[in-house]
Amino acid sequence: MGAGRLYLAVAVGGFRRYATYRLATAAGVFTNTVFGVILVFTYLALWEERPGLGGYDQAQAVTYVWLGQCLFATLAIQGGGAEKELMERIRTGEVAVDLYRPVDLQLWWLAGDLGRAAFQLLGRGVVPFLFGAVFFPMTLPTDVGRWAAFTVTLVLAAVVSFAIRYLVALSVFWLLDGTGVNQALMIAGVFFSGMLLPLNAFPGAFGEVVRVLPWAAQLQMPADVLMGETGVSGALAFQAGWAVVLLAAGRALQSAATRRVVVQGG
Amino acid sequence: MFEGLRAYRLIAGMWVRSSMTYRTSFVVTVVGNLLLTGMDFVGILLMFSQVDSLGGWSLPEVAFLYGLSVTAFGIADLVLGSMDVLGARMRDGSFDVLLVRPVPVLAQVGADRFALRRLGRITQGLAVLGWALSAVDVEWTAAKVLLVPVMVLSGAVIFGAVFVAGAAFQIVAQDAAEVQNAFTYGGTTLLQYPPTVFGKDLVRGVTFTLPLAFVNWVPAAHVLGRPYPVALPGWTTYASPLVAAVCCAAAGLAWRAGLRAYQSTGS
Repeated sequence: MGAGRLYLAVAVGGFRRYATYRLATAAGVFTNTVFGVILVFTYLALWEERPGLGGYDQAQAVTYVWLGQCLFATLAIQGGGAEKELMERIRTGEVAVDLYRPVDLQLWWLAGDLGRAAFQLLGRGVVPFLFGAVFFPMTLPTDVGRWAAFTVTLVLAAVVSFAIRYLVALSVFWLLDGTGVNQALMIAGVFFSGMLLPLNAFPGAFGEVVRVLPWAAQLQMPADVLMGETGVSGALAFQAGWAVVLLAAGRALQSAATRRVVVQGG
Repeated sequence: MFEGLRAYRLIAGMWVRSSMTYRTSFVVTVVGNLLLTGMDFVGILLMFSQVDSLGGWSLPEVAFLYGLSVTAFGIADLVLGSMDVLGARMRDGSFDVLLVRPVPVLAQVGADRFALRRLGRITQGLAVLGWALSAVDVEWTAAKVLLVPVMVLSGAVIFGAVFVAGAAFQIVAQDAAEVQNAFTYGGTTLLQYPPTVFGKDLVRGVTFTLPLAFVNWVPAAHVLGRPYPVALPGWTTYASPLVAAVCCAAAGLAWRAGLRAYQSTGS
């Protein structure tokens, strides 16, 4: 019970930390809205040309765009969440302090990142989504059950997103500089999450592959659950499966790092 | 003016030398930049793997728009791209240091953290533009050929003006770097797609209010022989340099106003 309270406090801290920068948040909302508008028009043209592409109609494609803008910062799809700070702490050696704490390193960072995600969703994600719903045709469910299932997929998406970024951050124990892996993370995140195009609309065998990668758990799964394009239990199992595998991998890498690697001193 | 250019050259040269100290790292970041900025084109290719035209424009025609937009933006980004971190200098007070040096502030801010890795974006933009030029079905005349470099250079100046105006806005708004991104990165993304894709009001907005359309849309529609969704007189095809000059003047005024409004944090 005490441990639960501790991680909750860390999560609340993560939330409040991001909530401090109000003007930056407002500016982010503006930018996401602008990009959403640009993307919506290109998608409408695409679905005009190919109705039913990826199993979506136009309204569903529009919904997908605005959900993408809503979750872009929330899921740190191109990076920029907890992993950035963790990398810096590994590089400078400050991570030694984190390892001294009588708490679990992975859960500590997970809690902080979930707090950040919760703020980014409420502070930065909801407004562009509502803007989209007001000015463009969208497909939104009316029954509460679907929204509840969608909320669970969001939590799992946030955990998978963290698990990927945590693995990448730990690589800095060996690489010492995160610039290259950050770039790779950014490219993979934007591409494989389906920020450019819904993964459903990727062509052929390539599409088959991208739809089973962990990034598919981030945007595609919540979108399909929200719009009723996939079974809820299947989607949740897919997300939970990747979450467990990736968190376990993070754990293994973490113990390898703390046993074998000498922390940078300064 | 010349003093400012000389200062810009010296500061930029310093940053280039410092980045060249780690050669491998430099090469890796150039390649990374190329891949990262090329993803938008991968997105366009993905779309065209499913359709033959978008808004009535073929892939080579969209690639023509893309190449022009990205190359022009890439040049502006190389020359002035670090201006989006100006807000950080406002917050930590290090902007004061720039004000007391006997060098124009704009030259210092523009050359700050000058990064040759940004050549990655220009390289992929030029590559796509080159392919598009060979693939589009156009009856080339001397005027149309000349329009291509004119578009790239005027476009770079227009985007440069947006960077400067955005920096001026950051002096006032500090934390709002993202607003600038909406116009710079958002602008170059918008211009990668045919104007026919977008709503009339949006096209009017970027033609008459924030004249990004003169980076490529208006002249490129003429080169490709495509009708522009908003009726414009014929001479506007060649108006890009003029629009660029007006944008520069406006950005210059905004920059001065921003500098005058600057209040130090005092730390």
